[in-house]
Amino acid sequence: MSEERTIELLIGPQHPSSGHMRLYAEVDGDIVVRLKPNIGYVHRTVEKLAETKKYIQIIPLVERPSLADAANHNLGYVLALEKLLGVEAPPRAQYLRTILAEMNRIHSHFYGLGIHGIMLGSSTVFMWGFADREIMIEMAQRLTGARLTYSYIIPGGVRRDLPLGFEEEMEKALRYIERRLEDYGKIFLRNPVTRARLEGVGVLKKEDAIRLGIVGPNLRASGVPYDVRKVQPYCAYPEIEFDVAVREEGDSMARVLVRVEEIRQSMRIIRQALKKIPDGPILAENYLKMIPPKWKEFMEKKGRVKFPAIMVNLRPPKGEAFSRVEAARGELVYYIISDGGTTPYRFRMVTPSFRNVVLFEHLIRECRVADIPAIYGSLDYFPPEADR
Amino acid sequence: MGSRSENEMGGIAKKISESLQELIVGISTKGEVITVQVKPESLIEAAKRLKDMGFDHVKSVTATDFPEQKELEVTYHISSLGDLELAKVIVALKTRVSSDDPRIPSLVEIWPSSKYPEREEHEMLGVIFEGHPELERLLLPEDYEGPPPLRKEFKVRTEGIQG
Repeated sequence: MSEERTIELLIGPQHPSSGHMRLYAEVDGDIVVRLKPNIGYVHRTVEKLAETKKYIQIIPLVERPSLADAANHNLGYVLALEKLLGVEAPPRAQYLRTILAEMNRIHSHFYGLGIHGIMLGSSTVFMWGFADREIMIEMAQRLTGARLTYSYIIPGGVRRDLPLGFEEEMEKALRYIERRLEDYGKIFLRNPVTRARLEGVGVLKKEDAIRLGIVGPNLRASGVPYDVRKVQPYCAYPEIEFDVAVREEGDSMARVLVRVEEIRQSMRIIRQALKKIPDGPILAENYLKMIPPKWKEFMEKKGRVKFPAIMVNLRPPKGEAFSRVEAARGELVYYIISDGGTTPYRFRMVTPSFRNVVLFEHLIRECRVADIPAIYGSLDYFPPEADR
Repeated sequence: MGSRSENEMGGIAKKISESLQELIVGISTKGEVITVQVKPESLIEAAKRLKDMGFDHVKSVTATDFPEQKELEVTYHISSLGDLELAKVIVALKTRVSSDDPRIPSLVEIWPSSKYPEREEHEMLGVIFEGHPELERLLLPEDYEGPPPLRKEFKVRTEGIQG
């Protein structure tokens, strides 16, 4: 036998499973000794491009890295921008933002569940997950007019009011999802094959999760109840009751179960928000008064915002702003430095997937090669979101 | 934000001042963010003391180019995951270095969560984090040549459809 016991196994970058990245695995037989993620294949220079774009043009830019979760990316950016501008959205707009953010969370979690399913070889769950995310895509289209990248949340408010009959349609959609979650339980979550593949695999200890700065369901599945919606509530969250899904096990199964519980909690939030939503304008007063009376009439009749001309050349005063929101995959952070011009001086966006990329080298170690996709899928890691 | 949370912020800002004392060049509070300025040589000591206070992770590392002053500003946004009261506060730990020779100590030993963001700021702005275990290219293509792209000297070529 030679001295060299291990070989290097390259997985990717041609779609190892869900996206474009490469994993360098050092394997000894069937055992992974070491694994290193090699990312950046879908880097699209969001931070540099933002320095060349006007503030309003950055909204579609930040939505692109994470299509399943565009509303939360849109929201985090607008919250930071509003801090710079000193603007606050009226209550009705805050509720609409919350509703869309939670719809995206459901969408993103179904997406993640489907991808994880196919990584484990369960094509049923892949098909189901991708079909059931369609419900929220359809509902988002009714609300915003677009399926994925809505650009719905704008400084000082939102673009459209609730369409007629939205509450009833949503109630139907949520009942359907409730029924479907029972089916997922039977065929996937309590399936002995799934449990054998996921239970006790890729265990993330609580202290490691904190030390490595992990975010989102991956953090909460390791017993840390950190959720921005509770720690520093924004939009309508202070007025809404929901529980933070937490589990103690820290294994791949726990991460999946936390996401499923979050779907239930998101449904609870949407139901409450639709009941509690106050009447009123959907755009801040200081922008509303800039809109000519004829357009204002149109806005009230159609429930759609006409952009005041000032939006084209927003000039936040000199200074900096920091915002955080709980996106579907975890805490999303924006940091903007303004020099008083029409474009940001420095634009920083740190996405949950980028925060979690360290888990590849930390968790996929001393396990079998077959555990790589099982753990990878459980992290709900999304390469475009991490690479930005 | 109510006055109670402002009081709490003031309390934590005071604790930070007491703990960091001589290291602080400037300190200010705005909303949930407490900004602390330190010199590069006291960065490690400041980070250690903040970690002892319970700030257990780094949310982001951001370097910003200021060509007129020939300086880079490096900002660590830190907070807590383990202590949910402390988690309400974000500390922006800032330091400035000359952009010709931007060397600052890496904080990976103190906060392992700064490993990837430091790597990113190294390739995007050319900051050298001394003592970083893996200061290699991360997101850019392997064959990229030229100045670190987030420096202001790097201009984005646009096609000019905006006139």
